[in-house]
Amino acid sequence: MQERLQALKEEALSEIQQASSMKEVQDIKVKFLGKKGPITEISKGMGKLSKEERPKMGQLVNEIRTAISDQLEEKIARLEKAAVEERLKEETIDVSLPGRPVKRGNHHPLTRVIEEIEDLFLGMGFSIAEGPEVETDYYNFEALNLPKDHPARDMQDSFYITEETLLRTHTSPMQARTMEKLNGEGPVKIIVPGKVYRRDTDDATHSHQFMQIEGLMVGENVRMSDLKGVLQSFAKKMFGEEREIRLRPSFFPFTEPSVEMDISCFNCGGNGCSVCKGTGWIEILGGGMVHPNVLRMSGFDPEKVTGFAFGMGPERIAMLKYGIDDIRHFYTNDSRFIKQFNSL
Amino acid sequence: MLVSMNWLQQYVDLDSYSADELADLITKGGIEVETVEQLNKGISGVVIGHVLECQQHPDADKLNICKVEIGEEEPVQIICGAPNIAQGQYVAVAKVGAVLPGNFKIKKAKLRGEASHGMICSLQELGIESKLVSKEYADGIFVFSEDVTPGEDALEYLNLHDEVLELGLTPNRADAMNMIGVAYEVGAVLNRSIELPSPELVRSDEGVEGYVSVRVENEEDNPYYGATVIKDVTIKPSPQWLVNRLVSAGIRPINNVVDITNYVLLEYGQPLHAFDYDRFGSKEVVIRRAIEGEKMVTLDDVERTLSSEHLVITNGSKPVAVAGVMGGADSEVQEDTTTILLEAAYFNSKLVRKASKDLGLRSDSSARFEKGIDRNRVVGASERAAQLIQEIAGGTVLKGIAEQGDRTIEALDVSIEVNRINQVLGTEITETEVAAIFERLQFSYQNFGGTFTVQVPPRRPDITISEDLIEEVGRLYGYDNVPATLPVTESTPGQLSEYQVKRRHVRRTLEGAGLYQTVTYSLTSPSKRHFFSSDSVESVRLAMPMSEERSELRTSLIPHLLEVAQYNRNRQLENIAFYETASVFLPGDELPVEQEHLAGVVSGLWQEHLWQKEKKAADFFVVKGILEELAVEFGVEERLTFARAEEPKLHPGRTAAVYLDDELIGYIGQLHPEVEKELDLSETYVFEINLEKLLQADVAHLKYKKLPRFPSVTRDVALVVSESLEAGEVKRVIKEAGGSKLVEIQLFDVYQGEHLEEGQKSLAFSLRYYNPEQTLTEEEVKKAHDRVLKAVEEQFGAALRQ
Ligand SMILES: [Zn+2]
Repeated sequence: MQERLQALKEEALSEIQQASSMKEVQDIKVKFLGKKGPITEISKGMGKLSKEERPKMGQLVNEIRTAISDQLEEKIARLEKAAVEERLKEETIDVSLPGRPVKRGNHHPLTRVIEEIEDLFLGMGFSIAEGPEVETDYYNFEALNLPKDHPARDMQDSFYITEETLLRTHTSPMQARTMEKLNGEGPVKIIVPGKVYRRDTDDATHSHQFMQIEGLMVGENVRMSDLKGVLQSFAKKMFGEEREIRLRPSFFPFTEPSVEMDISCFNCGGNGCSVCKGTGWIEILGGGMVHPNVLRMSGFDPEKVTGFAFGMGPERIAMLKYGIDDIRHFYTNDSRFIKQFNSL
Repeated sequence: MLVSMNWLQQYVDLDSYSADELADLITKGGIEVETVEQLNKGISGVVIGHVLECQQHPDADKLNICKVEIGEEEPVQIICGAPNIAQGQYVAVAKVGAVLPGNFKIKKAKLRGEASHGMICSLQELGIESKLVSKEYADGIFVFSEDVTPGEDALEYLNLHDEVLELGLTPNRADAMNMIGVAYEVGAVLNRSIELPSPELVRSDEGVEGYVSVRVENEEDNPYYGATVIKDVTIKPSPQWLVNRLVSAGIRPINNVVDITNYVLLEYGQPLHAFDYDRFGSKEVVIRRAIEGEKMVTLDDVERTLSSEHLVITNGSKPVAVAGVMGGADSEVQEDTTTILLEAAYFNSKLVRKASKDLGLRSDSSARFEKGIDRNRVVGASERAAQLIQEIAGGTVLKGIAEQGDRTIEALDVSIEVNRINQVLGTEITETEVAAIFERLQFSYQNFGGTFTVQVPPRRPDITISEDLIEEVGRLYGYDNVPATLPVTESTPGQLSEYQVKRRHVRRTLEGAGLYQTVTYSLTSPSKRHFFSSDSVESVRLAMPMSEERSELRTSLIPHLLEVAQYNRNRQLENIAFYETASVFLPGDELPVEQEHLAGVVSGLWQEHLWQKEKKAADFFVVKGILEELAVEFGVEERLTFARAEEPKLHPGRTAAVYLDDELIGYIGQLHPEVEKELDLSETYVFEINLEKLLQADVAHLKYKKLPRFPSVTRDVALVVSESLEAGEVKRVIKEAGGSKLVEIQLFDVYQGEHLEEGQKSLAFSLRYYNPEQTLTEEEVKKAHDRVLKAVEEQFGAALRQ
């Protein structure tokens, strides 16, 4: 009997070792440890044994049963682990395959530049004024110190609709429109982005429609040095911290004194290159101190307040900033062009 | 304005300044120097030659064999093909080894068997523009008319070592449209004194009275008119120095008298006109308005029709010149002219501008009158011209000037306080510095305790108010010396308006949904102005369009978006997803009504992931989903509705009108297949809405809703209905019948085909019931759900699909 049990154990262990699937393991379990299996048989037959032998045999049977079950447990764990490993192997993917594209569009580059400038001036306490694209002659010219017979205004440069209305040639009309509403009470701090129109034939550097951002600050004690400070912040933000600015005297009918602002060339750092035409400086915008006639016509007393104004072209800024070579790209809307402006 | 360095040097000491340095200083001072041109364009090795012999080439009719002395031991042989070459001439010779413009090197050559050691040059070959070469040398070589020495530098005689600054003058700086004005400016910029011409004119004893009188009808039109008479002049070519000055300024030499008037125009900024006295036709100069329709032939041999808005010079009976613009052909100075009537006048700038514009004649003269000349320099200029004529063309200047009007006007007093200058500029300029600047400008002034009263000379008509003086001080003090400060005025919050915030959200939502922003033109053609039948029939049209293509303001954004779609499709960029926000323009009262619209165009594949074989073509519901998302974003998802609509340019079965509450705010749909075909586009979807209506919709503030505390119950139901019945209608009825416990209705299947009768479809909805107060009972759900089933059965005959 003892030999029989030993033989059964050997046989079971050997079968367990050879088993390669869960089913085989289950079959082995049933075969050896099941209710009809040989060990159960032997247990049942133990009644015939003597009193002395019975506990000894009982212990042996238990030992063998435990040994087999332990081996079975171990085998099951090993098979389960192998099965998991097999599944993981099957589930392995090629991580180098391209991901699913996320559908996303982006701003037009002009909007991108305009929003950047808007945010910069919002941060300096300016608000954003918007006005009509079709303007009266009064707001577009007269209120800006350009009376009807002024040599600086030429009918040929503007798109008139009637004698008295035209497509605005700049966003400056909002200077007068904004100031008029305030009845002489400052301060005024606005920028005015928007579309403007001039009688130009479209080519690489001209467009009959383009964007402009006008800026205006009026209040007690607004100085030209403030204009310089504000524009310096603007230049550094848009073109880099290392940028220097310089103001050159110029002429606009609605400012006195008038200036043009250059920035040190971001391409060559001021040594001269093709971007700055060898001068080391790039012309960016025009501005000046608001002409007393403009203040007066809009209800402000030039004895009490002063102001500065400036105007810049987002196309020019975008062309310089991104190295765009043809202004027509902005209005052709080639998707290969627009899509380039999809990252920060 | 072109400024020759050599010429300018006559008035201001420019020593130690190169042309580039000077250009930089002038630019910083406020007049932009646009270019600095080297007149010699890299030429070298051109000397004066004396043609000792000149014989026809034995083998070539048009060539001559010349022996030319060029200051070397032996004369050289040069073959020359110019028709005007002749023995005895002094000419410009490019020696062997010389370099001409364009890096053209002169080498020894053989022409038809004869050696040629150099080239005899025309002015064009020396880099002078054809339009600046006088007629006599236009088609041949240049011949020196004065005493010159063979072997000397020919460029020196032709002033080709000069450099020329091109000034870009703003309209206020007409004072620098002449050399004297430039001298004042450069003197101020460099802080150097200037020396101006002071003509010493010897007049004969014979008075001008017996020759001519002047009558100005209206002194407002012509505040001053002066006529000088010069007898016994000889018309001939000008001396080389005068020719050189004109060429450096870009003016073609004609003859001595005309050249002198041009020279004085350049030097003084005073336009002059020389009439041939004998051809003038009377002894009386009358300045008056032209008679409506009056005709005259101008110098350019064109007959001009004048109006009463034009000022003319007449001989008492007929016009002989358009004042300040151009003289008449009849009284032009010609080769046989002997007596000159020299006009020096101050005309009303507006009248000159009007005539110049109406007649399409812009001249150096009109340009100066239009921008304003120096009233106090008129007589000086006429004396300068008379003196030069006497010197160069011979002749006798008669005593006196036949004139009307005041010769000079007084300086204008303008005051400014030093404090005010510093307050406006943000500087700390001292009284002494201000005084020094006015002295540099050669302005007289009085200073009482920091208040300067400046006598602004009439040569600077741009200075009329104290701010103009601030600019003068500022620009010469140097804007580089103005500090950069931050404003000290009261602080203001910088913020976007509610509408501006929302507009930025619109862009981000659309771009997040996959659309790219475009910017297109507002001006368009009449046929692309509108798109929808509801668009305004009346247009806002330009008075004088540049082209029909850009003649009207658009009332719809779609036509230009379709152009963008076509443009991209023609470049194999077929997956299109664009939007634009922009104003459209409707006829209004004083100004057109501008409305901000949002429009989009979508075509081709909407989504694509190649290796996973995912492809989703753009369709109606892609576009509709985007608008629905916008509605959610702006809190109007319940109020924005879509209703089947018909539009001639859209697909009759795939078009919806978009309503906000009961108001039509736009359309969404597929292009009509015929339109697609016409534009060569594939299946294309468009939308356009009035963005202002969406963004200005009155919506309640966002408020938190309590999270559900009880479970909800979901019932699915598939309804078989007629295929023509719209799902939206069924949903509406379900919602009405479901009552307050029915909180969500989702359509999850639309089916047609097998197991269904022809003409029928199945719509499957998922209905969710919820009671916020307590857990729903089976009873409550059943009651509500039965109501729903009953309603759809009664209204649509809908059967439950098994
Ligand atoms: Zn550079």
